[in-house]
Amino acid sequence: MTGPSGSGPAGFGPPVAGPLGGHGFTVPVLRLGDILLVTLQGELHDGMAEQLQQDITDRIAHTRVTGVVIDISGVDVVDSFLGRVLAEIAAGAELLAARTVLAGMRPAVAITLVELGLTLPGLRTALDVERAMELLTAGERQGEGSP
Amino acid sequence: MQVSVSVSEENAEQEPPAQQVSAFLERRREQVAQRWADAALFRTVFTVSRDEAVEAGRSVAAALAAVAAAGRLDDIRAPGFEAVRDQLGRMAASRGRMGIDTDGLADEVAALREPVTDLLRAEFPDPNAPEAQECVLALTVLMGTLRLVVLETTVSAGEEVIARQREQLHEVATPVIKLWESTVAVPLIGTLDSARSQTVMESLLDAIVAERARYAILDITGVPTVDSLVAQHLMKTVAAARLMGAECIVSGIRPAIAQTIVQLGIDLGTVLTRASLADALAYALSRQGVEIAPLRTDSAGVR
Repeated sequence: MTGPSGSGPAGFGPPVAGPLGGHGFTVPVLRLGDILLVTLQGELHDGMAEQLQQDITDRIAHTRVTGVVIDISGVDVVDSFLGRVLAEIAAGAELLAARTVLAGMRPAVAITLVELGLTLPGLRTALDVERAMELLTAGERQGEGSP
Repeated sequence: MQVSVSVSEENAEQEPPAQQVSAFLERRREQVAQRWADAALFRTVFTVSRDEAVEAGRSVAAALAAVAAAGRLDDIRAPGFEAVRDQLGRMAASRGRMGIDTDGLADEVAALREPVTDLLRAEFPDPNAPEAQECVLALTVLMGTLRLVVLETTVSAGEEVIARQREQLHEVATPVIKLWESTVAVPLIGTLDSARSQTVMESLLDAIVAERARYAILDITGVPTVDSLVAQHLMKTVAAARLMGAECIVSGIRPAIAQTIVQLGIDLGTVLTRASLADALAYALSRQGVEIAPLRTDSAGVR
């Protein structure tokens, strides 16, 4: 992995992301109990998406959360790159024993993704964040069974 | 006397044939209208009174005169036609309702040419003079243009009807029904083409958001045939609904269609299917922990 986040030998705590590709901010990753909540807003540049992937994976590894909710209700456009990154985030989280739910996709975005042939198989989806939380906590109560 | 005639003819010769035709139509408008009123087109459309037919003939003759005056004999978009386009459209539509097709209509409009060219020939002392021939030719061209205008009006009216009906079909054919709390269904009726499946997908996804649906049922009882294209549309819709967080069930697969799908080798493995809408609803309800049971007999006795 290349990237400026190698600056943090601190180990624990959120990795400090340096300015990447000219964008001086990153997507916030909030922790709510055992769940990480990531809210994407507006347009997400490729560099930010990659940074986000790295951030989430690090956070899961260091905090041992059991679920990740990615809220994309504020996203108008999901291109093939972002679609792939989302699938990769989910696959990486799965390896670290956390389940990922994609929440709040807009109808127009869903149609575009399907027309692109990106049906994101294997990725859990929910109507909104509330439903996603429900899905994760319900799965927990039933035990560690995969759906 | 001789001299004066030759002078007037010389004057006329200076005018181009289109202008002469225009002047002739203005001058003889009444006679032209009277003759046209007896022609099949006007006679059959205006059956109530002959005056009506004559009035219609007058306005058509006036429009032709205006077009000829503008010198646009062979231009179907000439502004002069605008005044009568509506009227011609109504006449054509009325003939259409009587079972006359476009060919028949074209013949009837062509039949209008004969009486008016006869009148024009009678205007000239010598019908075989080159000048008279030119005028008749100009009038013939003009009448040909009228024929085109009538047909064009008919065709565009037909196209409008088709477009309107297609739109209505789209609206009517894709209702989204709320069957239960968090459960919506789309009963699909008729052939699924790309445009319709797009409409279905859009309205289904909007309904999923509006009703906060967890389960969406696509009922294909009314779809006559399922080929690989239709199957592809179905799978796309299912995938899009899943991306929105709703589980999609395809129901109403008739035995014959099940056979076809198997024989075509279409893989619907990723799609949850049920035989009937009732089965699909039962599945959705059981997944939500809802159970429907008959009322107990003792409670019926209390009532």
